[in-house]
Amino acid sequence: MYDAPSSARDMTVNATKIAARNVQVYYGDNHAIKDVDVDIEDKTVTAFIGPSGCGKSTFLRCINRMNDTIDVARVEGKIELDGEDIYDKRVDPVQLRAKVGMVFQKPNPFPKSIYDNVAYGPKIHGMAKNKAELDEIVEKALRRGAIWDEVKDRLHAPGTGLSGGQQQRLCIARAVATEPEVLLMDEPCSALDPIATSQVEELIDELRTNYSVVIVTHSMQQAARVSQKTAFFHLGNLVEFGETGKIFTNPDDPRTESYITGRIG
Amino acid sequence: MDQLKEHIVRSFDRDLEGIQAQIMKMGGMVEDAIRDAAKSLETRDQELAQKVRQGDKTIDALEESLNEEAARVIALRAPTATDLRIVLSVMRMSANLERIGDLSKNMAKRTGVLVQMQPIGGTAASLRRMAREVELMLKDALDSYIQRDEALAIDVIQRDRDVDQMYNTLFREFLTFMLEDPRNITACMHLHFIAKNIERMGDHVTSIAEQVVFLTSGQKPGSVRIKNDKTSSDPSLSLNLDDDED
Repeated sequence: MYDAPSSARDMTVNATKIAARNVQVYYGDNHAIKDVDVDIEDKTVTAFIGPSGCGKSTFLRCINRMNDTIDVARVEGKIELDGEDIYDKRVDPVQLRAKVGMVFQKPNPFPKSIYDNVAYGPKIHGMAKNKAELDEIVEKALRRGAIWDEVKDRLHAPGTGLSGGQQQRLCIARAVATEPEVLLMDEPCSALDPIATSQVEELIDELRTNYSVVIVTHSMQQAARVSQKTAFFHLGNLVEFGETGKIFTNPDDPRTESYITGRIG
Repeated sequence: MDQLKEHIVRSFDRDLEGIQAQIMKMGGMVEDAIRDAAKSLETRDQELAQKVRQGDKTIDALEESLNEEAARVIALRAPTATDLRIVLSVMRMSANLERIGDLSKNMAKRTGVLVQMQPIGGTAASLRRMAREVELMLKDALDSYIQRDEALAIDVIQRDRDVDQMYNTLFREFLTFMLEDPRNITACMHLHFIAKNIERMGDHVTSIAEQVVFLTSGQKPGSVRIKNDKTSSDPSLSLNLDDDED
């Protein structure tokens, strides 16, 4: 398998996990997302890139209805998760967010122990019948977050006492504890040093075997390293969406070219 | 560079311009090497041939430094899209130019031997015309690189078949001379290798022109090289059975 060219390795086509059609987002009068159509694949890392204010985070937040919490924000169009409209009235946003986990730019552990940080989600969603099951879920999540070995002897120490990189991996462990199907990451490495960044990137690659991962990043090189698909946003439009290798070697749109090569666009 | 805007980090532009200026300098030296090697053959000028052999060292050194520069740009700037294709094309072109330099040097070396022998008809003049054709192709290939002129690059690729035809014609001529008088064989063999060298140079120039197409379009050139040379489809007529380097 490893003798295949890297382009061929990443080209396997997976089923569509999230399908967005004609998505518009308004913040009051400001039209922040304009007519975005995109198919995000299962078991794939999709990177959203673009200059500040281009709408990539806004679009990411649409996928688990985080924009519901902003009064002036209005979302139009259709976003489907496995063929079901997530903006349907019958969909409970809390249940949706258990399926579509999110990791933020700044590590934000709860002011609780490492154990409780991870156990919180599974507890409120009733995923464990007893303490032993909960312990198992916590260990599994921490292992998936690639932080188990570092914290297994101090599970009851406060999560906020960890280093920045460890906190971020704890937040990823917390996000995966509820067994989500999609993981959204908004600049997950911007507050981390290169070593912690590499650890998180390695983790993202491992998570890809189980989840569909969508990552917003300002680091073009990070997008190139971790993703199989890349979407370039500019002024609220989805300018180009395609295989990452293609976007970074021979993009179709001159705006994409200007942005990724660091020219004034 | 004109159709693209400047980088926000201007030192990046300077780095890219630097390696492109170097490849042009190298290209100019290789053009001179082809011309001087062919001229020394026709005018039986041993001194000029010696100069070509000496000059190859400078060309080799330039290739070395270009590859180092290109590796530096990759490591420090992480170029993408057109920037990446500039660096890749420069690296490939420098390898082609270096080979053309070596072939010119080999021509000059054989000239050193040939001046001790009787000239064979007008073949030296024919070889010089053939070399002139390749030199013009190289000049156009380098111009097409600077101007990002894909049409000119494709034109260069197509002209390579004229060079191949010249080679086939010369080959038959050498055969005739050798059949006529076996004492011509040594000189004719040397001249034949020279013809072969020039034909190979044409292939390397073609490869340079292909890099221009890659740079401007991001695609490898399709089968733009039309094969309509009858001699190459009839093996009994052609001895140029080398694989094309497309």
